[in-house]
Amino acid sequence: MTNLLTVENLRITFPTRQGPSEVVRGVSFGLGRERLGIVGESGSGKSQTGRALLGLTPPPGTATADKLEFDGIDLRQASAQTWRSLRGIRISMVMQDPKYSLNPVMTIGRQIVEAYRTQKGGAKTDAKDRAMAMLEAVQIRDPARVYKAYPHELSGGMGQRAMIAMMLITEPDLLIADEPTSALDVTVQLEVLGILDRLVSDRGMGLIFISHDLRLVSTFCDRVLVMYAGRIVEALQATELATAQHPYTQGLYTCLPRIEGSARPLKTLQRDAAWAT
Amino acid sequence: MPLIDIQNLSVTFRSGADRVTAVRDLSFSVGAGESFGIVGESGSGKSTVLRAICGLAPITGGTIRIDGAPLASPRSAGFYRRVQMVFQDPYASLHPRHTVDRVLSEPLVIHGFKNAEARIEKALEDVGLGQGFRFRFPHQLSGGQRQRVAIARALILEPKVLLLDEPTSALDASIQAEVLNLLDRLRSERGLTYALVSHDLAVVSHMCERLVVMQQGRAVEELTRTALQSRQATQPYTRALLIASDGYSRAPGP
Repeated sequence: MTNLLTVENLRITFPTRQGPSEVVRGVSFGLGRERLGIVGESGSGKSQTGRALLGLTPPPGTATADKLEFDGIDLRQASAQTWRSLRGIRISMVMQDPKYSLNPVMTIGRQIVEAYRTQKGGAKTDAKDRAMAMLEAVQIRDPARVYKAYPHELSGGMGQRAMIAMMLITEPDLLIADEPTSALDVTVQLEVLGILDRLVSDRGMGLIFISHDLRLVSTFCDRVLVMYAGRIVEALQATELATAQHPYTQGLYTCLPRIEGSARPLKTLQRDAAWAT
Repeated sequence: MPLIDIQNLSVTFRSGADRVTAVRDLSFSVGAGESFGIVGESGSGKSTVLRAICGLAPITGGTIRIDGAPLASPRSAGFYRRVQMVFQDPYASLHPRHTVDRVLSEPLVIHGFKNAEARIEKALEDVGLGQGFRFRFPHQLSGGQRQRVAIARALILEPKVLLLDEPTSALDASIQAEVLNLLDRLRSERGLTYALVSHDLAVVSHMCERLVVMQQGRAVEELTRTALQSRQATQPYTRALLIASDGYSRAPGP
């Protein structure tokens, strides 16, 4: 299987007063048409990795890589024009909080139609039909109301679904989801995951799922990359998480309390300076 | 006699057409030394219950008694010596321009406690922070360290009851384990009573002997830890929460 996305030796550096600080240090992975999870604690570089794939490393940060290739296109040399033809069209990104990623002064419908027509053009009425169909596809029960609503009139779960509808209406080949369900309640979270899951299995989309929730990732994804201090410390099949080899992965997994009862006191993660090197 | 006794509590915000009832007709009681959990999704009114106890939300119906005595409004200074709250977000609940020392000494000044010096030193030791943290600002602390400072601030008045509003949901899993262990140890050392709000059933199962599940301001059902661990929930909503806590499963229901 040829990879949809190949990343080799990705490094992201931010200048600080103490000199350059490398937050992602040599990350390499390949992605097929599968669900790939990236887990790690805050500050492990998982979100920055996701953003770099879209060329969205916030300045003054810089991203370099030996290879950054999406479907045969070298992303390192991509011109502004190439990026425009990729972002939101072939590669989409869903951010954590719909409150900050939707335009507050535009109705949901207008935002989705805009996303669609920027790429495909066509008549407004046509785009509206597509938008309504997409809202329905993400399990919104009353698409006509949501179409006319402003973001503040929707709950978090609705907003996130509208956001996903907007990202998917262009039928991207790759979706990067950065904590897409962390702001949602557990029951809504599962519905949103179900939508993403169907898109991968039905349409053959590639999905990068960034999360801090090891339990969720282990049940949802096919493969998991575990990041610590800007590096991948372990890559494994999701089903093998319980038998992970790296002490960091084991520590992350065993420090979670369990409904059935857990050790008292809970096992805590003993960090080893060697993991970071 | 239960230490916290809540009967038919209702909390309503605003009036007329804007009226929002956050808690409806909720009753539960917590014995001395017990740890009681309140579980629910966002908007279920779980945090509002804690806020109503400590006077941050209006009680519009029913009664709350602490040690058998109904609460005065506004709460007396004596109330806050016995009942203290720890908030969810340690990034928002500590004053950004106050040092740890100032955060910890303010309650001592308000309540006229003597030997502040020794108390602050002890409070920092108790939550596992050394004296080196005493003159730091919140931005010089990690999330877990901030939450330890918030716990130290609540404990410095030596209260009997701690109201914990999602004390670990803003923290990474590994830090969550450390903070939960800290809370567990402090409770057994000092015989504290906890009322803990969380959306995470696993956290509540670990920390609390009994719990109530809330939905849309109402109590759905009350469970013991044993019943939760063996998944003996009678209400469909509780069962749905239990299933959702296991993570994603291929081939979801309908």
